[in-house]
Formats: sequence, structure tokens, C-alpha cells
Amino acid sequence: MSAPRDDPSSLAGLSAADLAAAVARGDRSATQVVEGSLQRARDAGAGRDGLNILLYEDADAASRDHGTSVGVAPGPLFGVPVVVKDNIATTAMPTSCGSRILEGYVSPYDATAIVRLREAGALVIAKSNMDEFAMGSSTENSAFGPTKNPLAPDRVPGGSSGGSAAAVAAGIVRVALGSETGGSVRQPAAFCGVVGVKPTYGRVSRYGLVAFASSLDHIGVFGRTVDDAALCLQTIAGFDPMDSTSRAEPVPDYRAGARSASKGNDFRGIVVGKPKEYFPDDLDSRIREKCDAALEHMKQRGAVIRDVSLPHTGLAIEVYYIIAPAEASANLARFDGVRYGLRIEGHGLRGMYEATRSAGFGAEVTRRILLGTYVLSAGYYDAYYRKAQQVRALIARDFSAVFDSGVDLLFTPTTPTTAFPLGAKSDPYEMYLSDIFTCTANLAGVPAMSLPIGRIDGLPVGGQLIARHFGEQGLFAAAYALELALGEDALR
Amino acid sequence: MSVTLDDVRHIASLARLGLSEPRAEALVAELNTILQHMDVLSEVDTSTVADESITSVSGAAPLRLDAGPPIPLARSREAMAPRMQDGFFLVPRLSTHEDLEASS
Repeated sequence: MSAPRDDPSSLAGLSAADLAAAVARGDRSATQVVEGSLQRARDAGAGRDGLNILLYEDADAASRDHGTSVGVAPGPLFGVPVVVKDNIATTAMPTSCGSRILEGYVSPYDATAIVRLREAGALVIAKSNMDEFAMGSSTENSAFGPTKNPLAPDRVPGGSSGGSAAAVAAGIVRVALGSETGGSVRQPAAFCGVVGVKPTYGRVSRYGLVAFASSLDHIGVFGRTVDDAALCLQTIAGFDPMDSTSRAEPVPDYRAGARSASKGNDFRGIVVGKPKEYFPDDLDSRIREKCDAALEHMKQRGAVIRDVSLPHTGLAIEVYYIIAPAEASANLARFDGVRYGLRIEGHGLRGMYEATRSAGFGAEVTRRILLGTYVLSAGYYDAYYRKAQQVRALIARDFSAVFDSGVDLLFTPTTPTTAFPLGAKSDPYEMYLSDIFTCTANLAGVPAMSLPIGRIDGLPVGGQLIARHFGEQGLFAAAYALELALGEDALR
Repeated sequence: MSVTLDDVRHIASLARLGLSEPRAEALVAELNTILQHMDVLSEVDTSTVADESITSVSGAAPLRLDAGPPIPLARSREAMAPRMQDGFFLVPRLSTHEDLEASS
């Protein structure tokens, strides 16, 4: 099965911006748009018995969400359907985080990102499948079954935001929200052949994002194209007093900036760093070739390609898999049978806690809670957690040093492999290595993006661009120009 | 450093997770395999890193005033409660005094 190609004769083939304009003109009603998206989901077999992309649908999204736009000028996402990862709070659909412990839980408030989407006229039509509490790299850890890659249903879509990536790849929507802690937007974007963006830490409010590892968590966006992703991020970015890590940096016009700065197809004056640690000797030669071809496109259009080094990159997985489980063990303590969702009676209060949490959490979540509790426990804190935080600082310094040396952007492969077969990785550490090229950006808080740069045996390959803190505009400009330069090469 | 079965039982107790004996035994091997990889960090020179510098973005976590508008809720508090009686929330009993003594 292959993803449906854009059909210019129908609204399904329009960019998010053009679709918003078409709805604003009255070419289609919001109701028709929602019905069209949900019909495409049915055609693609996106339900739980098929690709298992969507967990919950809101067929009334048009009447509900467009109620917020009455009497005001059409927003930039007017009538644009959006799919949202199941760990972002919504009042109209459950927020279960792919977990039995929150099955059927409905939030009493909307996440700030959801509020901003609705204020821009977007229609939140469905919640997408994910690895339980965002812990995973394949969307196989969901309590509701694995999601399959729409481009190759015997393979994973990546994770943990695999449902959102698959929704865009299957043509159900042009834009979707995901979340990242170690690469959970960029990695599935690479596996599904779509654009995925992780913004700077603090760029998008995390209010309403169910916490996994708070110092690493980000809300990110998926787009069919760079322009779609830019429009979506533009909409949800900006300061929010409800998130104390939110930053008051101004939000530039990413779309206009990208078109203007890149002049459509121009890298003149841009220094692109090629970090040697992301191109190890044992990297799949076919992925290396795709990356080299993308770098050549940039060079031919004026970019200066410079070999650089980020020397602590090889420690990132170890640092990440100490800090993230440590923070998760604290954040997930709130799921105890008292305040949220599932409750299993046991002997006494402790018995109820243990029975509820054991029945509610899956194997990977249990493993990470235990790992996190261990590295934070007396006698091990300094050796593991404190040490990991110190090495994290060194990783962040690596990025600062490279950008301070005059490098504008870094370019790397997003993942060391293409989408792997369902069930292929049973060893937890082997699965963790899927994040090897992505988790560094989360540890350093810098913005990064994956975009399609080609295919191997029909499976997409993602190229990753990384910028300095709050450098999203440069990221979009380069990605837009590269997308134009690659053209159909990104599909072969 | 390696994790023992007693360690797994202890941290499971701290984390309020009930584990079957076979699962606890399997987790000993799983955690040891993962932690073995982490030992590489002990060899890294971090003498140049001050504790106060270990945030990802300088100034990214400022404190805000503990004030602001009320959070708008989609449903009334009453609608979210399991049961109401005479204006009070009725919630499941957490435990009896006897249970508390048994679990302390």
C-alpha cells in the first residue's frame, strides 16, 4: 500500500494554507472538510482494526470548533482538520496517553496548543495512537495495539507520535500535533516520509501536555510539507503564562520568512555543519548517500558545507535514558487510582496503589519507572542522575560551540535506519538506539526538523536540520529551499 | 554496579508497583543490561560543569506569580465528581484505619 498522492482536483490535495483560504471563500463548508478527512481515514483503514492510526474521532468538530470563530475574521487554519496525539488534553475527546490507566479519561480543559488551534479556526477531528505515555520509538507500546506504517503496513511508523505521523502520511490531514522527549516527532516523520518539527524548549506551551520528562518534553508539529508545518507551528508558538518554561520570545512569520530568506531556492551565505559523529563508519551507506546528495543540493545553491564535531554525541543515549526515566518516575506518581482513571482495589491503601499501577501501566512504562526510581534512589543519585545532568551540559555546550563558530545550521540523518518491521526490536536498549540522532536536540533544547530526502526500497529517509535556540525561522528557510531543490528526488 | 532481585523489589515498593516474581526476576536482567551501558558516563570528565549550569536553556524556568485567571473548565466540578450528596463530593473510601496500619 502506498500513501495517497496529492490530488490537485480535490481539497484533499491542497496545502493547509490553501485549504483554509478555500473554506474561507466558501468553496467547501467546515462540515464537508471534516467528513472528507474522516472518509479518507476510513478509506486508508485508519481504525483500530486496520492501521490503528486514530483512537478517537470527533465527527462534530466542525460545529464545535467553528463556533469559536463566529464573528471574527477567518484564522490562518480556518476549516483545516488537525489530528492530535493522545497525550495532549482535549475536552471533546478522551486523553488516554495510549494507556489503560487513563482509558476513557476526558480532560476538563484544553491544552494551550489546542486552544490556539481552535482560535485559528482549525478543526480538531481525532486523537492519534502513541506509545504509552510517549515511551517508545515504534508505537508498538500502546495499550490499544500497534500502529502500522501507511507506506508499508508490515513496518512500524516510528514513535512515540506514530499515529500523528501516519495520519499525515495516509493523507487524512495535512497537519498534526505530536510530542517529543527524545525524537518522538522527528523519528516517525522520517519513517513516514513527512515533515516533523521539534521547536526550541519554551517555544510552545506544554500546558495540557501530559508530562513524561518535563525538562525534555516539547509539543511538535507534523506537516505534509515544510509550509504546512510552518503554518501549524506558527499558530501554536508563543508565550503562555500557564507554562513556567514558556518563553516570551517574539514569534516570527515562519512562512513568509522561509519564502523570503530562501528566495525560493537559495542557500547563499548559509554555513551548514556536517557533524562527524552523526555519520559513523557503520552508518547504512544508502542513508549516507541520501544525506550527501541533500548536502550537494545545498552546496550547489550556495551553502558552505563545513565538517564539524559535537564530541559528546556518543553519550546522549546514556544521558537521555537516565534523565527521562528519572523525571518520568516522579511525573507518573500521580497515576495512583485516586485522582485519575483506573482504580483496582487491593489490600489497604498501598495495595490499591500497587494493584492499580501494575494493571494500568504496560511493560515499558513499568521498566522506565523502575529505572528512574533506581537512579534517583539513595546511593545512586550522584553516580547516575547527577552525572547525567553534567554530561547533558557538555552536550549542550557542544551545540553552542559549533553555532558560535559561525555555523548556521547542522545537517544529519534523522535516524540510522528506515522503518523497521513490526516486532523486530525486542531488546529495550536496541530500541532506545533508534533515538541516537534525535535525542541530543532535546537534551540541548535546540530546534530541529526532519524532512524527506529520498527513499530506500520504497521506505522514506529523513534528513535532519538543527538550529540554535529560537532559530526556527532559519530552519524553515533552509528546509523550504531544500524541499524545493529535492523535488521528486525526495520520493525516490 | 549491578541490580539484585532485592533491589528490584525495593524500588518497586518505592514506586508503588506490584510485580510478580517472574516479572521481578526478568527485570533484574533487563535493568542490568540497560545500566551496563550507562557506566560509560563515570569515565567522562565533568569537572568543568558547575551544578547551576545544567539547564538546557538559560533562564528557561523562571517562576511566575502565583496568580492569574481561573482555569476555564469544560464541565462543572459537580459533573466531574463520581457522586454528589448535599453539596459534598462522595468519593470511594481510600482505606480503613486497619488497612493503614497493615500497609504502614
